[in-house]
Amino acid sequence: MAEVLVYVDHVDGAVRKPTLELLTLARRIGEPVAVALGAGAADTAATLAEHGAAKVLTHDAPEYADYLVVPKVDALQAAVEAVSPAAVLVPSSAEGKEIAARLALRIGSGIITDAVDLEAGDEGPVATQSVFAASYSTKSRVSKGTPVITVKPNSAAVEAAPAAGAVEALNVSFSAQATGTKVTGRTPRESTGRPELTEAAIVVSGGRGVNGAENFAVIEALADSLGAAVGASRAAVDAGWYPHTSQVGQTGKSVSPQLYIANGISGAIQHRAGMQTSKTIVAVNKDSEAPIFDLVDYGVVGDLFAVVPQLTEEIKARKG
Amino acid sequence: MSLRIVVTVKYVPDATGDRHFADDLTVDRDDVDGLLSELDEYAVEQALQIAENADEAEVTVLTVGPEDAKDALRKALSMGADKAIHVEDDDLHGTDAIGTSLVLAKAIEKAGYDLVISGMASTDGSMGVVPALLAERLGVPQVTLLAEVSVEDGTVKGRRDGDAASEQLEASLPAVVSVTDQSGEARYPSFKGIMAAKKKPVQSWDLSDLDIDEDEVGLENAWTAVDSATERPARTAGTIVKDEGEGGKQLAEFLASQKFI
Ligand SMILES: Cc1cc2nc3c(=O)[nH]c(=O)nc-3n(C[C@H](O)[C@H](O)[C@H](O)COP(=O)(O)OP(=O)(O)OC[C@H]3O[C@@H](n4cnc5c(N)ncnc54)[C@H](O)[C@@H]3O)c2cc1C
Ligand SMILES: Cc1cc2nc3c(=O)[nH]c(=O)nc-3n(C[C@H](O)[C@H](O)[C@H](O)COP(=O)(O)OP(=O)(O)OC[C@H]3O[C@@H](n4cnc5c(N)ncnc54)[C@H](O)[C@@H]3O)c2cc1C
Repeated sequence: MAEVLVYVDHVDGAVRKPTLELLTLARRIGEPVAVALGAGAADTAATLAEHGAAKVLTHDAPEYADYLVVPKVDALQAAVEAVSPAAVLVPSSAEGKEIAARLALRIGSGIITDAVDLEAGDEGPVATQSVFAASYSTKSRVSKGTPVITVKPNSAAVEAAPAAGAVEALNVSFSAQATGTKVTGRTPRESTGRPELTEAAIVVSGGRGVNGAENFAVIEALADSLGAAVGASRAAVDAGWYPHTSQVGQTGKSVSPQLYIANGISGAIQHRAGMQTSKTIVAVNKDSEAPIFDLVDYGVVGDLFAVVPQLTEEIKARKG
Repeated sequence: MSLRIVVTVKYVPDATGDRHFADDLTVDRDDVDGLLSELDEYAVEQALQIAENADEAEVTVLTVGPEDAKDALRKALSMGADKAIHVEDDDLHGTDAIGTSLVLAKAIEKAGYDLVISGMASTDGSMGVVPALLAERLGVPQVTLLAEVSVEDGTVKGRRDGDAASEQLEASLPAVVSVTDQSGEARYPSFKGIMAAKKKPVQSWDLSDLDIDEDEVGLENAWTAVDSATERPARTAGTIVKDEGEGGKQLAEFLASQKFI
């Protein structure tokens, strides 16, 4: 069976959920071979094997942490040369897309970004993309070279599928470009203890209507009652009420949870671009004309400071 | 020595308009107004600031696009860029990201550059890959997705806010930079700027000026193919209630009925 390379997104050996989703999708088009780079790469093997990786190619070197993007491109190119895969799948993070693009160019292939689904086709893998702020769904293919496809989080349900997961050392020689962009400092993001925004099953977001950093406690309390991640509109982020890493939308994160609850958010096209593919959408807004209500499965026209705390209490009561 | 900055700017259909696909599954440009991709305004802004802080600098804005794409160039010129290059050729219709990066890279090389500045992503294709592709093609460092950028003594420095960490980056020029919408508000063109823009030079190049073969670009020769585009059915109208004291409870009832609680 044809092999499919899956680029592993991990933090010190802890594999992030989007990679496990990629392994599920990869099995539809061939046999997954995972590529894990950097510190803790070998520690990923057990998890990857459990989710279907026949092989895990690993390599660690200081270059992955000390320089931007290119060392990882060099490694992935080495993996492509070693395996001759039928396709290369990469998680659709900002970095993932850059790695995938440079790899595609080097190996003479086309690239598709932000696929939300993937299936086998007569002429290679067919990707579904959700475009123009999710108002269109397209099906596309890479027509030249080895398909390089980046896939958004929450595009498939993670399935366990035990496989060999044989660890093999990948041989990598870094290119002249590899050390071009130095990482001279790094401030790790503090964990909030809440689920990762792009991976969460439920996202609770606040917008300008939240009206102040301290008021985000209301949004956080609702999120915690549901075990949800917290998101924010750009208006709330620009006002300094919540960190940019929580921004949902065109220039923030794009999320696709089972449930999205928008509080005090009008629903501008750029916000919708990042949440419109959510399965169920709920909004609380005091303006009955707010465009967000065009999207909702359930909407409450009202003051969020009355509705949200009541909702939180009710959820807590029901959960006991 | 003058610092030569090339800013790549894309002409895109207005995201607040009704965007559609044409019969050949490329973007229908007749249906909706075009404009300078808003995220490229941030690139123009940072280019102007870097130029203002340099001893001597020249900012050239570059677009690859149809006739109307001149509007995007005019906007950038009215913000304060010095000159513009428009790559226009009928054979470019339907070019994908790999092809677009080829055309941009050739034009950047022909123009001459020390620094290329791009937006973080276009507002139509929004792939966020062209800056990385340009760095790969030009063989220079990529210093991309910067929320903060500065150039001094032939070195570009910046801050990139990633998922796991915020990183400080550094590279020697020449380099390709892309900036996010966190990099600082873009200025509005002044009346004087708009008047001055009318007199600024706009150069037009076609594929032969860039030594690009017509079979390296365009829809037929793209590295990717779109097989179908389906408009997403409008969401069926949901239930909307007015809060009269029980709104939170009603919402909880809905969430319970959907098994979220
Ligand atoms: C290039 C570009 C990229 C962008 N990217 C993004 C992006 O990634 N994400 C994003 O979100 N935006 C983005 N924007 C900004 C976007 O256009 C909107 O400005 C933004 O989404 C508005 O945020 P908001 O809905 O919170 O604020 P507003 O539009 O001001 O809406 C606030 C809402 O809160 C309601 N409200 C006020 N008080 C209360 C209350 N007490 N109770 C209940 N409701 C209340 C109001 O009725 C109103 O509907 C981008 C814009 C551009 C140009
Ligand atoms: C909905 C949609 C989906 C698409 N999906 C794919 C796909 O999966 N694969 C693929 O190969 N192509 C795809 N394309 C085509 C692709 O968008 C174009 O070829 C495009 O010019 C390059 O990608 P981008 O617009 O996404 O740019 P991005 O990579 O998002 O743009 C980043 C920056 O590059 C610069 N830039 C980009 N294009 C130009 C230009 N023409 N002139 C000047 N500067 C520019 C700008 O500074 C911009 O801010 C898609 C197009 C659309 C409309």
